[in-house]
Amino acid sequence: MLIKKPAGIASSEITPKHAYLSRRAFMAGAAAAGAGLLAGRKLLEMASPAARVQAGMKLSTVKGPFGTDEKLTPYKDVTTYNNFYEFSTDKDGPAEMAKNFRTRPWQVKLEGLVRKPRTFDIDDILKLAPLEDRVYRHRCVEGWSMVIPWVGYPLSTLLKQVNPLGKAKYVEFTTLLDPEQMPGQRTRILDWPYIEGLRLDEAMHPLAILCVGLYGEALPNQDGAPVRIVVPWKYGFKSAKSIVKIRLLEQQPINTWNQAAPDEYGFYSNVNPGVDHPRWSQKTERRIDGSGFFASIKKLPTRPFNGYGDQVAQLYAGMDLRKYF
Amino acid sequence: MTRVGWLKLAIFPACLLPLANLTWKAATANLGANPIEAITHSTGDWTLRLLLVTLAITPLRRLTGQPWLIAFRRMIGLFAFFYGCLHFLTYIWLDQAFNVHSMAKDVYKRPFITLGLTAFVLLVPLAVTSTRKMIQRLGGRRWQWLHRLIYVSAIAAIVHFTWAMKKDHHRPIEYGIVLGVLLAYRVVLWVLPEVTGKQRRAAPVANAAGD
Repeated sequence: MLIKKPAGIASSEITPKHAYLSRRAFMAGAAAAGAGLLAGRKLLEMASPAARVQAGMKLSTVKGPFGTDEKLTPYKDVTTYNNFYEFSTDKDGPAEMAKNFRTRPWQVKLEGLVRKPRTFDIDDILKLAPLEDRVYRHRCVEGWSMVIPWVGYPLSTLLKQVNPLGKAKYVEFTTLLDPEQMPGQRTRILDWPYIEGLRLDEAMHPLAILCVGLYGEALPNQDGAPVRIVVPWKYGFKSAKSIVKIRLLEQQPINTWNQAAPDEYGFYSNVNPGVDHPRWSQKTERRIDGSGFFASIKKLPTRPFNGYGDQVAQLYAGMDLRKYF
Repeated sequence: MTRVGWLKLAIFPACLLPLANLTWKAATANLGANPIEAITHSTGDWTLRLLLVTLAITPLRRLTGQPWLIAFRRMIGLFAFFYGCLHFLTYIWLDQAFNVHSMAKDVYKRPFITLGLTAFVLLVPLAVTSTRKMIQRLGGRRWQWLHRLIYVSAIAAIVHFTWAMKKDHHRPIEYGIVLGVLLAYRVVLWVLPEVTGKQRRAAPVANAAGD
């Protein structure tokens, strides 16, 4: 079992941030005309004053109950290799296109089958519970994976604030709809806004988190700022980004990818090497961990529930996971 | 040296630029988070682009009345095959690590892999018979019939590209439109031979070899 108590190192200490920043400075070299790291940062701040407050803002965190000792995916890869179709369908697109994305003011509306519907301000969400470091494996449906030190707290903490009613069975998450800021939403690649969903018991599971940061810092825009969910035993697209609405429902919501291609992306989308994507295998995965070119040739075997079977398999007892893929 | 000779001297290294760029990025660790995916995409893109350039030469030559353009067709076609080889090698080595069992299953089970392999295999006889000697041995007419396999290969390559994408098909569609226009030109020539005058379709073969 790879799930362990986290090592006694805060994520902020293992951040190879200096490497990332010097690289950024190098790339920005032409624009900054050799003015160096500080000048480069200054320029970025001037270009987008809002970005200064969020991306890179240090968060004070405590150790979370789950972790893994696998090699972390470098910060640079977590922030330049993104699937965030609201901004771009290219992996390196969101980092550029989301640069000036406004994450303040930001509110998240909790509604539906709840006793106390309520709208939360993002800064209240940040203070609702101690922020935990949670190092999770992240498996994309496309066949690559990362190990990411997220920052957040159990999603159940937020949901309990509004007292879900007894007949609530599902939770629906809605991403911001703002074609002005999100150029991908001006195309019809997907039916916007992006919708994801979980069964209520999945959402209440202690592994499912409401996530506000990574590597000990506030979420970079391209990773779903200012608030997203992370559900580590499911394919990455289930972990909705930049959430503005959470709705409790009696009926199973229709999530965006399921609607786009029902035979390829199920509602559950639990990581499962036994159920291939119709067009490619899910038996193995390519781990992105900065180990270098030749090391990345060797793929890792994909594990049921992304290796979190001991924690979550009982949620699906008696279910045919080939049918409910 | 002739104009064609000089141009060939320029086009040859130009066709190697994508490979040089890829090699440089690989050597300086600048291929992004997933270098193998980046290499797969780049070699695939260039195979398709050069296939389309190869297919554009005949229409261009006829529409502009510049018969000497045919002299570049073989070279560019062989470069398309070269990038196709790199793309294929990327798959069997970097992606599949020579796992024969896994590849056999892939080819059998995954239509997009099957079509990619088809597109590649169809180019092999064209590369093999690209020499002047082979053209003479086969005879122009038979050679030309054989080389129409490039149409099938290009169509297979476009479908392979489309099915490989998760959702965003705008690039395969762009390539597909270009291929559609290039093939439509040939269909028009075939259906309406009188429109195009007395040009015989077998004529370019001798030129293609002569350089």
